[in-house]
Amino acid sequence: MSFPWAQQYQPKHPLMRWIDEKLPLPRLVYNSVGGGYPVPRNLNYWWNFGVLAGAALAIQIITGVVLAMHYAANAGVAFDSVEHIMRDVNAGWFLRYAHATGASMFFIVVYIHIFRGLYYGSYKAPREMVWLLGVVIFLLMMATAFMGYVLPWGQMSFWGAQVITGFFSAIPVVGENIRIWLLGGYAPGDASLNRFFSLHYLLPFVIAAVIILHIWALHIPGSNNPTGVDVKGEQDTVPFHPYYTAKDGFGLGVFLLVFAVILFFAPNYLGHADNYIPANPLSTPAEIVPEWYFWPFYAILRAFTANFLWIPAKLWGVMAMFSSILLLFFLPWIDSSPVRSARYRPTYRMFFFIWLLDILVLGWCGGSPATPGYIIVGQFAAAYYFAHFLIILPIISRSERPRPLPNSITEAVLAKAHDRAPHGAGDPVPAE
Amino acid sequence: MATADDAIPPGEAPGPYHEDVHDPRRRDFLNIAAVSFAGAGAVVAILPLINQMSPSADVLALSTTDVDLSKIGKGQAVTTSYRSQPLFVRNLLPKEIAEADAVPLSDLRDPQTLEERTKEGHKDWLIVIGVCTHLGCVPLGNKEGEPRGEFGGYFCPCHGSQYDTAARIRKGPAPRNLVVPDYKFNTPTTITVGS
Amino acid sequence: MVRTIANAVGALFVLSLLAALWGSISGVISDPPKPTAADLFHKEPKALHLASDGPFGKFDQQQLQRGFQVFKEVCSNCHSLKLVAFRDLKGIGYDDAQIKAIADQWAVEQPTTNPDTGEPATRKNLPSDHIPPPFANDIAARAANNNALPPDLSLMAKAREGGAPYIYSILTGYEPIPVALKKNFPDSLPLPGLHYNPYFPSLNIAMAQQLTTEGQVQYQDGTRPTVDQMAEDVSAFLVWAAEPKLESRHVAGFATVIFLVIFCFLAWGAYQNVWRDLEH
Repeated sequence: MSFPWAQQYQPKHPLMRWIDEKLPLPRLVYNSVGGGYPVPRNLNYWWNFGVLAGAALAIQIITGVVLAMHYAANAGVAFDSVEHIMRDVNAGWFLRYAHATGASMFFIVVYIHIFRGLYYGSYKAPREMVWLLGVVIFLLMMATAFMGYVLPWGQMSFWGAQVITGFFSAIPVVGENIRIWLLGGYAPGDASLNRFFSLHYLLPFVIAAVIILHIWALHIPGSNNPTGVDVKGEQDTVPFHPYYTAKDGFGLGVFLLVFAVILFFAPNYLGHADNYIPANPLSTPAEIVPEWYFWPFYAILRAFTANFLWIPAKLWGVMAMFSSILLLFFLPWIDSSPVRSARYRPTYRMFFFIWLLDILVLGWCGGSPATPGYIIVGQFAAAYYFAHFLIILPIISRSERPRPLPNSITEAVLAKAHDRAPHGAGDPVPAE
Repeated sequence: MATADDAIPPGEAPGPYHEDVHDPRRRDFLNIAAVSFAGAGAVVAILPLINQMSPSADVLALSTTDVDLSKIGKGQAVTTSYRSQPLFVRNLLPKEIAEADAVPLSDLRDPQTLEERTKEGHKDWLIVIGVCTHLGCVPLGNKEGEPRGEFGGYFCPCHGSQYDTAARIRKGPAPRNLVVPDYKFNTPTTITVGS
Repeated sequence: MVRTIANAVGALFVLSLLAALWGSISGVISDPPKPTAADLFHKEPKALHLASDGPFGKFDQQQLQRGFQVFKEVCSNCHSLKLVAFRDLKGIGYDDAQIKAIADQWAVEQPTTNPDTGEPATRKNLPSDHIPPPFANDIAARAANNNALPPDLSLMAKAREGGAPYIYSILTGYEPIPVALKKNFPDSLPLPGLHYNPYFPSLNIAMAQQLTTEGQVQYQDGTRPTVDQMAEDVSAFLVWAAEPKLESRHVAGFATVIFLVIFCFLAWGAYQNVWRDLEH
């Protein structure tokens, strides 16, 4: 894999040579994220988010393993054990807030990573497998985040578990039995809490494994770039290290700064007050809202309020919610335009931004109470979501006339530099 | 898979990054500063991860135990618990006190007199933590009918440490006497262990 | 092929949504949503500024001690504070001896077991004990409170939208029932045993007004114990009870942010340095 001009790993120290002969792990690292991986030279800051997602996962695993040393997965004491961490464990408040806000940071970073992939056509051939593995990671993340949110055993934990396992009861005939099987009871309880804890501990390591496959699959064609044009030669790339390690180091600093501001100064801003009330199976909170990163999908679920074609509304909602994510698996074939980057696809670019706005509207509706106003707006937005992927994209991928592509990455880079050159030193540099 | 290995003749330095072209001092300073800063930050970030394993505030708070001595007759002993460890409280017989006093300090592995191991005026009250100083088993001898070893005190069955009537190590692998915790007499018949 | 299936699936979802949309819109037209009493009469919490607010916030220990006194003399008759231990009161400025005395003199004793008989018994509180609840269990609490359960206050400042200002507003927000409410929403009037309070989401709260008269609590530090002052103090105390590590969090936050800002500058410099001869 990789390009013929990739630098070779040349261990200098005899010990490193010895290790390289017995177990070429340093060579693997060098070829994956070191000097041995040639990367297009024109990546912009949106390409930082892959590394940031990896960092976010690492933070979640480290803080999670440590929290599990104090947490008790038992319905009677789970809530108090979390408060024990907050009050009595040394630095416990830091670890727990880092893990709770870390989940939000992980999703922010991954959403930006996905949007970048959609904008620059990173899902297209020859990177379909990278995209498919990415969707698998996203699904695993959602499952892990949901089960993690149940663990503190507050009101939102309990009713979130109740509602989300309720999705499965929409399946005809066997649905209710599946739900009872998932919960290990008729309502969330000790059995559910223990299995969610077990899986919440397991799945991050599965995610880490799929990430390795994701990176492996990426290294076969190499990274995409903002022009979407294939790498033509050595002048188009730079070694990952030191160029992109330096850039990612800076990106990581900015990420941690944003993370720290939320963690230390607004740790409960992204959470819900009701989850500080211990779970009460006899009383539902006035308003059940999932965590913000599920809001768009929650809005899609709620948008289906009418039975249609002999299928009940509940089943429509659940099918639509799952389909809204699963359709991403087919995206590389739904959008068959040979041009990757939206820079050269004016129509796609316009619809991409409309879709982005649509996602924000869906999120806003999903996080609001289920009053008729929000439901109606959510129904429009949900209809547009499906229309975008399943109707608009297949049409524009054939009808659109792309703008002329640059011959190579280097040509695009030098043209940009040329555009900049006539300006005096004091002139502002025009935005790209 | 093998293309990359075959394509470049060994010894050629590919890629546009040539370390020797630039002024090394400026480059070194910034890069080294950034990397060392990151390293220092990582080390500080690890501290809470280590510190979280130390006893938490609620564990540290459970640090005192009150014992009522009025119901313990001469020659009797009770076992209670202090910081989740057994606490041996024994009302020594005059014979046991005499035996302990008769031992020359030079015979002891961890020289201490019975006076040093009891409170002034309460030489008959021996209060020790019932954890063998060898590897932490609970010695026998505080319960009626248990073997008390060759020296009439405590006997640890795990590795054969023998303690005398003042709970001092006399024989076997344990390095030190059974530990006397911090305690004080509130009244002649009640004590508070711990502070 | 994929595109044809995609179009068909897309059309199905869109049509189903259009059917749902038709239902929603005709529903709104035929039966326009009427504002409820809560929509019209519920009020947002009053403004309350505490020393612990904002990124530089620190606790005002004098105020916390006053708030603790209000809790002890008024709230704790019905409400528990289960997650707070007596030893934690060090955080509001009491020393070990004072904490020992507070625990020892606490009106409710700690449930325990008689060491001789094994019967349930009680003993004096120790600093390591959590503050004992006033009722043995929820059923006893309901029985003594007209079938309403006084919630635990440990996390109250985090467990309600609005936080401390909400607590303060509830405590000081009892009002006579507005005439318009009586006239237009006779069904929403407080049932017997409930009390009108526009800061409570359903407008009708089971707790009667508790802070009623100036001087109800005699402050040691000479602060004038007005109803407003007592409500503010106990709200501040509950912020501490819900988040006792707030100060160390702010301090650690500033150290971290300053460190990261410097690191960002250095990392940016290193990044520019590495890339300086490469057009990109």
